[in-house]
Amino acid sequence: MELTGRVINNGSAEGTALVSSKPISFYGGVDPDTGVITDKDSDIDGQSISGKILVFPYGKGSTVAPYTIYRLAKNKKAPLAMVNRECETIVAVGAIIADIPCVDKIDISQIKTGEQVRVDGNRVEVLK
Amino acid sequence: MQQAEHFYSSSYILNKGVGKLILTEDEQAILDGSGGNAAAKSMKILVALGEIYGAEKLIPISSVQIAGVSYDNLGDAGLDYLAELARDGVVRVLTTLNPAGMDMRDWRKLGISDEFALKQKKVVEAFAKMGVITTCTCTPYLIGNLPAFGDHIAWSESSAVTFANSVLGARSNREGGPSAIAAAMIGKTPAYGLHLDENRKPTFTVKVKTKVESLSDWGALGYALGNASEGKIPYIMGLPHTSVDNLKSFGASVITYGGSPLYHIQGVTPEASEYKAPEGKTVDITDDEMKKAYKALNDDAADVDFVSLGCPHASIQEIAEIAGFLKGKKVKDGVELWVATARPTKAIADEQGYIKIIEDAGGKVATDTCMVVAPIKGRFKVMATTSAKACFYARGKNKNQVHIGDFEKCLNAAVSGRWN
Repeated sequence: MELTGRVINNGSAEGTALVSSKPISFYGGVDPDTGVITDKDSDIDGQSISGKILVFPYGKGSTVAPYTIYRLAKNKKAPLAMVNRECETIVAVGAIIADIPCVDKIDISQIKTGEQVRVDGNRVEVLK
Repeated sequence: MQQAEHFYSSSYILNKGVGKLILTEDEQAILDGSGGNAAAKSMKILVALGEIYGAEKLIPISSVQIAGVSYDNLGDAGLDYLAELARDGVVRVLTTLNPAGMDMRDWRKLGISDEFALKQKKVVEAFAKMGVITTCTCTPYLIGNLPAFGDHIAWSESSAVTFANSVLGARSNREGGPSAIAAAMIGKTPAYGLHLDENRKPTFTVKVKTKVESLSDWGALGYALGNASEGKIPYIMGLPHTSVDNLKSFGASVITYGGSPLYHIQGVTPEASEYKAPEGKTVDITDDEMKKAYKALNDDAADVDFVSLGCPHASIQEIAEIAGFLKGKKVKDGVELWVATARPTKAIADEQGYIKIIEDAGGKVATDTCMVVAPIKGRFKVMATTSAKACFYARGKNKNQVHIGDFEKCLNAAVSGRWN
């Protein structure tokens, strides 16, 4: 299955999807040293976003989040790519300065945790 | 994975053709490096955002608020990022700064190490070198960065963006720290999102059918609304006219829990009269939703070892109220009370004698900083606060259990060590 959206930060990556139906606050909601979600309201609380294709609707909360995403990248704990329903400025700036492939305008209900996903520019391919 | 440094190399490719952003000759020259490296990098960020979000042009802004100041948030990665920008980057408009990770003059009072202080000072020095006014507060609108109705601004600090859009009627997207710096260095921002009339319309209706009185009630309401809003802009009915202090806490909570950085309250906020309640999605907030919000924002632990007030930073009126309660009382041994505020507000409170009262009671005035951004993970077990926003960061970042209540309830906990 192939989904098409809008490029936020151009790039390609392939990996296992981690899907949340809840918005993510990277600052306060993700540990920048480990990549583990620390938000008790999140449906992926306690899971690591590191090395995953991270799929979530949009970002919430702190405007410091781009630096958290940048730190995750520097610590090699960042997601391989981010796929959103609607990517707002905060996550977009994080993706740009950390250079993580990012695409939005995707129907994220079509992707399930554990599926193999390939992101390439504005395309998101669910492989299995 | 590609390296972050790649962004700075000449091979960085903008998302050409996605939008139809047209740059002036001067803007194009800055992008090509005529204004130096920091200006060129800043223009790249603005152009990338403009093209993603379909802006047709850049528009002048009157002020900027920069978040991402605490070394605890930035780490060495962030400090390097800022030091690089400070080499030849200078801001072009009034630009103020969010709280740092410590009191910039008296960090030891808050138990912050000299090692952290050294790094934190480097961060603030980098901003000072850029020409930023190093206010270190999340409430710039209380201390001299006060946009007028309709002003275009580029602010980060989610609570301040929400206040500026909703209460003041200024226009800002919810900028990230780096895009706010970029806008400050150019003096412009791409014209998209909340800068445009059509995107400021309410897109769902909220009917408040419960009493909203204390500061913590406004925070709890923000929690309920944020969680229900799916990022949409609310048109809120059924709320009384209220204070700036309540509105700043409300907005901080709404945006923390997933709401929009713009809300309209019928009869209260300045743009609400331009609109009618939208049809379609409608959310009722009843006593039941408020009870659920309070339940969600209160953990089980009964013993409190940290009481944190001033999220967002306390106003002079809030400090007066805190001092009024604390006069002649003592904070219990083993409990730490922080009242977080901006340095100019502290100066006024000092003149009024409020600071002496708070300190005589054993409380600490946390100037330039707060519990959200100070490096206090693991230091306390259970925090009491008036702020729903503070609850989120105390749990996620500081690993605390939390309680929310009004000033009296929180200060009683500071004196007794118990949440009753």
